[in-house]
Amino acid sequence: MKSFEYTITDPVGLHARPAGLLVKEAKKYTDTILIHKGEKSAEAKKLMALMALCILKNETITVTVEGENEEATAGELEAFFKANL
Amino acid sequence: METKAGKKVFNGVAIGKIHFYKKTENVIVRTKIEDAEAELARYMEAKEKAEQQLGALYDKAVAEVGEANAEIFNVQAMMLDDDDYKDSIENIIRAQHVNAEYAIATTGDNFAEMFAGMDDEYFKARAVDIKDITNRILTILCGNDGSSEIGDEPVIIVADDLAPSETVQMDKSKLLAFVTRLGSANSHTAILARTMGIPALVGVQISEEWDGKNGIVDGYEGKFIVDPEMPVLEEYFKKKLQDEEQKKLLQMLKGKENVTKSGKKINLYANIGNPSDLVSVLDNDAGGIGLFRSEFLYLEADNYPTEEEQFQAYKKVVETMGSKKVIIRTLDIGADKQVDYFDLDKEDNPALGYRAIRICLTRPEIFKTQLRALFRASAFGNLAIMYPMIISVDEVLKIKEISAKVKNELLAEGIQIGDVEEGIMIETPAAVFESENLAKEVDFFSIGTNDLTQYTLAIDRQNAKLDPFYDAHHPAVLKEIQMVIDNAHKAGIWAGICGELGADTFLTNIFIKMGIDELSVSPGCILPVRKAIRDAE
Repeated sequence: MKSFEYTITDPVGLHARPAGLLVKEAKKYTDTILIHKGEKSAEAKKLMALMALCILKNETITVTVEGENEEATAGELEAFFKANL
Repeated sequence: METKAGKKVFNGVAIGKIHFYKKTENVIVRTKIEDAEAELARYMEAKEKAEQQLGALYDKAVAEVGEANAEIFNVQAMMLDDDDYKDSIENIIRAQHVNAEYAIATTGDNFAEMFAGMDDEYFKARAVDIKDITNRILTILCGNDGSSEIGDEPVIIVADDLAPSETVQMDKSKLLAFVTRLGSANSHTAILARTMGIPALVGVQISEEWDGKNGIVDGYEGKFIVDPEMPVLEEYFKKKLQDEEQKKLLQMLKGKENVTKSGKKINLYANIGNPSDLVSVLDNDAGGIGLFRSEFLYLEADNYPTEEEQFQAYKKVVETMGSKKVIIRTLDIGADKQVDYFDLDKEDNPALGYRAIRICLTRPEIFKTQLRALFRASAFGNLAIMYPMIISVDEVLKIKEISAKVKNELLAEGIQIGDVEEGIMIETPAAVFESENLAKEVDFFSIGTNDLTQYTLAIDRQNAKLDPFYDAHHPAVLKEIQMVIDNAHKAGIWAGICGELGADTFLTNIFIKMGIDELSVSPGCILPVRKAIRDAE
C-alpha cells in the first residue's frame, strides 16, 4: 500500500466541482483509492461519499492506494492533487 | 400593502406581477412488484433520460451563465451515477420487491438528510442537488414533463425553494426577480441569480395568496413589498431607474483597472460593517476591503464575543475575498456606538472620550482576544490589521508590544499565521502632525476623514445648526491629507483614505495629484470612483 498526505488549498474545500474532478481522475485507475480525513474515509471513486467527508480548505487528508500499480498511481494522483485541489 | 424581510442575494430593484411557482409534485406510493428486474430496467431507462436532460441543461447554462456555473449540472450527472446512490436504489428494489419510484424517493431522502446534517454551509446546501436529481428521475418515471409555465408577462418568481436546474430552465426574458423561503446566499441558485444579474431574496416568509398581485423586490435593503401603495410604487420606480444607471456603469467598468490616463494605478477597496455586505463588495468589483469595521461582532452580541466566534467571522471574510486584501479595523466602540456589557460610563463629550484604542490599551484582555482571532484568521487569506484613534507614537509602540506577544504565543502553540500588514487610522490632528514619526513604526496609513474633519474644524457633525460652518473640502483638511501622504511616502509606506471624502468624485483628481495610493469607499461608490480615476490625468 502506498500513501501520501495532502492539504487542500481550494478556498471552499473539496466541494462538488473539485470532488467531481477527483472522481473522474480516480476512475481511470484500477487500484483501490481511499481518502482519509481523521477517522473517516471514503473511496475516491464515489462522489457522494467523498463529499460527505466535508473536507475544507487547509485540512490535511491522507490518500492511500492499494493495487497492482499502486506505486505509479499514487505518484500520478499526488501530482493531480497539487495541480487541481 | 405588506412588507417582508429577506436575505439579500443580489442587489437590484424589480417591480412586477408575482408568480407563485410550484414544483411538480410527484406523489410516491410504495407498491409491491413481482418482477424486480423489470423494475430495475425502468429505473435505468429513466436514469439515462435524466442524464440526457442534464446534458442539455449543461449546454443551455454554458451559453447563458458560463462554464463555471454550468459545471453543477455535470456534477449532478455524476451524482446520479454515484455507486452508493445506485446501489441503494437497486438494493431497495431487489430486497423489498417494491416499485422504482419508492426506492428512488427513499434513497434521495436518505442522502439528502446526510448532507443536510453537515456542519459546513456549503456542504449542507448540496442536499438541494440530491433532492433535485431525485426529483428529476421521479418526474420522468411519473410521466410529468417537468416544466412549469410562467406565462407571457415578465414576473417575480416566488417559490418555496428553487433548484439550479429550475432556475436555468426558466425563460430569462420573463424573469424579473426571485424570492424564496428557503435557500442560502451560497446556494447555486443564488450564484446563478448573481451571474444573471437578477435581483433575488432568500429566507422570505412567503404566501401562496400573493399569486397574481403586484410586488417590489428591493435587493439593496433585503425587502419584499406585496401590493405596494402608490407613493411607495413611485419611489421604487425612481430607485429602479437609478439602479439601471448604476448597472450600465457596472457593465462598462467591471473588470477594468483603476488606472489614470497617465498610467497611475490606485487601489480601490470597499468599506463594510458586516459579512453580509460581502455580496455587494463582489458585485461592485472591489479590489479588496479597505475598512472592515469589526464592531458588528460586539454590537450584535449580549456579551464579549469569544476568540472562536471572532475567528470564524474573520476567516469567512478573508476566505471569501481569496487573495484580495482585507483590512480589519480593531474595535471602535464608544462615542456613538455603545454596548451595554462594556459597562462604559456616560460621558459629556463621547467623541473626545473613552473609545476605540483607548479601551483596548486599558483593557488588554479584550484587545488580545481580538488580536488572537485576527492573527489566526490571517492564515486563510490576505488579512491586514488597522488600529483606530491613534494620537501618539507611544500608543503605537504599546500596540506593537501586545501584538508581538500575541503572535509569539500563537506560534508557540503551533498555530499558523499569515503575513499581516499592521497600519493605523489617521483621524486625529495629533496623528497628522506626528505622521512623520508614526510612519516609521507602521506598514500603512488610512485617513479617516469623517473624524479628522470633525476634530480639525471643531464641528460636531450631528449638530445641524453647524451646517453653514461645515466645509467638507476645507483647505486645512486637504493640507493634512497632503502632509500624511508625503510622510508616508518618505518612510516607504502607502497611504489611503477610508472616510466619506474618499468617495467624493470632485476630489478624486486632487487626491491622485497628492499621491494617494488607495481609496476605500462604500461598495455602491466603487464604480463611480473607478470612473473618476479613469477620467483623471
